Amino acid sequence: MYDISSYLNAGSTDEALELLQNRPEARIIAGGTDILIRLREGKHRGAALVDISGIEDLSRVWLDADNTLHIGPLQSFRALERNELIKDLLPGLAAAASVVGGPQVRAAATIGGNICNGATSADSASTLFCANAELVLTSPGGERIVEIADFYKGPGKVDLKAGELLTDIIVQEKDYRGFTGHYMKFSQREAMDIATLGCAVMVRTSEEILEEVRIAYGVAGPTPRRCPEAEMALKGTPLNRENLDLFAELVKKELLTRDSWRGSKEYRDHLAGVLARRGLAKLTGQGDCDHDTEN
Amino acid sequence: MLSKRFLTGILASKSQKISRIDPLKNTHIGSSPQRKDALAKVTGRAKYTADMDMRGMLHGKIFRSTIAHGRVTSLDCSRAEALEGVVAVVTYDDCRGIVFPTAGHPYAIPPARNDRADRNLLTDRIRLYGDEIAAVVAEDPVTAEKALELIEVEYEEYPFYLDPEDAVKEDAVHIHDGGNILGQNSLSLGEEDPEEVFKEAAHIIEDIYESPQVQHCHMENHICYAYKDDADRIVVVSSTQIPHIARRIMAHAFSMPFSKFRVIKPVIGGGFGNKQDVVLEPLTAFLTMKCSGRPVMIDLSREECMAWTRSRHGMRHYMKTGVDRSGRIIAKTLKSYGTNGAYASHCHSVVAKQGGDFLRHYPASRGSSFQGYTVYTNTATAGAMRGYGIPQINFAVESHMDDVARAIGMDPVEFRKINVIKEGQADPVGKLKLDSYGLSACFEKGLEYIGWEKKRELYKDQTGEFRRGIGFASFGYATGVWPISQEIAGARITMNQDGTVQLQVGATELGQGSTTVFCQMAAETLGISYEMVNLNSTTDTDMDPFDTGAYASRQTFVTGNAVHEAAVQLKAKVLARAAARLEREADSLDIRDARIVEAESGADLIGLDEIALDSYYHLPDSGVMTADVSTQTKTNPQSWGVTVAEVEVDMQTGKVKVLDICNIHDCGRVLNPLLAEGQVQGGMSMSLGFGLSEIMLYDPNTGRPLNNNLLDYKLPTSMDTPELGVKFTPVHENSAAYGSKSLGEPPAISPASAVRNAVLHASGVGINSLPINPQKLFEAFKKADVLNKETINV
Repeated sequence: MYDISSYLNAGSTDEALELLQNRPEARIIAGGTDILIRLREGKHRGAALVDISGIEDLSRVWLDADNTLHIGPLQSFRALERNELIKDLLPGLAAAASVVGGPQVRAAATIGGNICNGATSADSASTLFCANAELVLTSPGGERIVEIADFYKGPGKVDLKAGELLTDIIVQEKDYRGFTGHYMKFSQREAMDIATLGCAVMVRTSEEILEEVRIAYGVAGPTPRRCPEAEMALKGTPLNRENLDLFAELVKKELLTRDSWRGSKEYRDHLAGVLARRGLAKLTGQGDCDHDTEN
Repeated sequence: MLSKRFLTGILASKSQKISRIDPLKNTHIGSSPQRKDALAKVTGRAKYTADMDMRGMLHGKIFRSTIAHGRVTSLDCSRAEALEGVVAVVTYDDCRGIVFPTAGHPYAIPPARNDRADRNLLTDRIRLYGDEIAAVVAEDPVTAEKALELIEVEYEEYPFYLDPEDAVKEDAVHIHDGGNILGQNSLSLGEEDPEEVFKEAAHIIEDIYESPQVQHCHMENHICYAYKDDADRIVVVSSTQIPHIARRIMAHAFSMPFSKFRVIKPVIGGGFGNKQDVVLEPLTAFLTMKCSGRPVMIDLSREECMAWTRSRHGMRHYMKTGVDRSGRIIAKTLKSYGTNGAYASHCHSVVAKQGGDFLRHYPASRGSSFQGYTVYTNTATAGAMRGYGIPQINFAVESHMDDVARAIGMDPVEFRKINVIKEGQADPVGKLKLDSYGLSACFEKGLEYIGWEKKRELYKDQTGEFRRGIGFASFGYATGVWPISQEIAGARITMNQDGTVQLQVGATELGQGSTTVFCQMAAETLGISYEMVNLNSTTDTDMDPFDTGAYASRQTFVTGNAVHEAAVQLKAKVLARAAARLEREADSLDIRDARIVEAESGADLIGLDEIALDSYYHLPDSGVMTADVSTQTKTNPQSWGVTVAEVEVDMQTGKVKVLDICNIHDCGRVLNPLLAEGQVQGGMSMSLGFGLSEIMLYDPNTGRPLNNNLLDYKLPTSMDTPELGVKFTPVHENSAAYGSKSLGEPPAISPASAVRNAVLHASGVGINSLPINPQKLFEAFKKADVLNKETINV
């Protein structure tokens, strides 16, 4: 039994914005896989919920005339992991979508909800960090676009103002064209788990040269984070074992991991190196990181 | 003290009872008919406690402490009482003096031998974080929850103890009057003092092994509702393994006649020992008394169920073993500390039982001793959990067996074969003679399955990033509680007018399939089809005969004997009536396929249905044919088995993947192969969680449970579980009516140990504390300097 004072369905973005404007205290429900858990824990007593799950405009994945990729925030993880465009252009995101929770959670949970909850462990976030995703936030006053790295403000905190709705997730062509990508979720269990460490890697190579390497981690700090210096160090270098090892060492210096009862800082740092090396090796055909590190 | 005669091994006298079925000639025993409850369960028609809503049902919620140890100095419930929809708020002040033990043990005579009564319905003396101070009853669950938030409480705090060895320190605050040692015992076996024998040992190996408190995680949480019926009696509907015992505990707790209580157990979603205690029943009964007999339900959340019902005892084992030059264990000692948590529950039984197993399974040739302590701590109350202390000691002993074998340069299985209890040896601890013994066959089957010698060699000296290993572990386990406790069971059979029968038992169906197997048994002995036997899986203390319940892997064995006895009696009545009608001698007749036949020739004489109809309506001579028995069982056969496992260890991340695992069991006769296989697989899965991922964590600064939810408590999912191999050795136990021994708990004993030893084989690192999770392996690999620093295997 949930303590809910009202439950309103929005049929369109405009209707959702209107409902939110009239009820500043209202909370948005899409897949419900986070908000219902919090309600069950006794948080947000007497919550007013605005259900946006029926807004069809917000659940499309498409390319516009500039080849910019648009990901509707209401895309469920199940839809994402099966989406041909995503598998083709952002394979790392498809991989991340495939390891969220379990089948039931993936069927209900949306990528927009995953991002707006602001959790560092969000499986979809690391890849979006690698892809320099931009978020379109809509309010009755208009739209603003925020880079994902700026959207995350702290644990559970995002730059989403009252009355605003995440309406689009954008990835520019330069951020996917020529890249391969992968996501490794290191968790104790192979399903229904939270990452001890999540790691997204994207790489563009040419003739055994690493033209560009991008890496982002979840649970390596209060928000997902990239490792720009490690990425820079590998830019333009040849693909070889020494560079893999160097990369594995460098990434650790840019993380803000910490000790918790879920895992020690030392262990997470160590894992970060292992995943960096394995991820890069897989994407460059040097080894198989899927051996035992993820689903 | 046990004497030396148990050491040298006495030939067990052959069978205490003559087996009552012919192992070669039976129709239903050994087959796998469809479970009686299969369709109801898969279609959702089965009614669990939560499905049985009543008009006017009220909902109870428990107000819990937010300190781990101390006492309540003030409590203000006035705002909660004033909330609209709240019917009652009760506190410790309303129920002082209602004190009871909670364990689902048979009552003991003399009463002094019973479990410690240390539980109050509600308490102001706080013994763990989440202790139960007050209860709110409201018209709906949300209102009850809101009311909890309005209760104000102040505490005086005491230091709290999460570790038993902290709680036994001299200056520790007593969690209960009488001190923090709840129970202790020592036991020795062999004539000599092991400490003296150690001086002559070629090798002495000492180590400490630990396993944590873990949770049962049955699918259905604890749930219970109670109301007063038309006769002013209290009806308690509960998801319990022990309906008859729950009734007794409540009658004693409230000092009311037994007849005032009726306990009903509907379909249950698992228990694993956590429902072998009264947990919600007395409080729920009390709440209905306080609400004019209106029905009150308490439905624990998963979080409450995980933190505040029962758990497996955490244990620490100090183990020392002396071995001679031939690899024979000549002396060994064990000191065990059991983490009992805040309330007595099963008292010292669990720690004591595992001490006996230590002495029994690999007996030392000259001297051995055990010393055990069960200690109150400010953690979740430990009680019964599948295996009852044996999974913990098995992890310690089986790890130690590998460690000793390694230290003396012997193959770990060879070392076990030299030392393991042999056929014909008496059980040195329970002093019971052993009948069937299939352990050697289990060893051989297991070694063959895994390819022991070949793979031990193949996986030697690996250097890669991913390394493989195989491991072995063996166990023995009792079937019931005799002679420590009473073993009694009831069965009643009534023949219907068409020859079908109504079977009633006091045994508890909790998902293990007892209903199905009892029907197979009755069908077997009565000579009728499985479909002709009906057994309602609900237990109702008003209707069903007395049985102490489902625990100790006793049900099939002990209640099976009662079903057999009732079926034999009923059959005699049928044959007597048939003999009169047919004008033949009763002992020349038999029942086969629901027909009366000539026993010797098998010639068909008359249908059972005609005889049954006669018994109801024969004008001059009618009388419904029934049998109603209560039987006592005074044997306790040991079942046996082994686990073999193959793992792959990620030497960089510390992750263990179980590639292959197989349990081989001697459980006596396998009565229903499909159910038996399911039972084994469930136990193996439980043990894999125990071995690799499960642990109840507490905040060291506050004593608050950290992971009492299914996200942070790493119960394995189906994705984490490999194919679970199951094999049986064909053995017949003569002291059981249908030849079977325990199988409920045994599967959960040895998989964790075998996996631990496989990890040792793969990595060269032996982990002495559970669970063997990635963080722990990482630290151990780092310490042993085997953390793989290589790059990818290309």
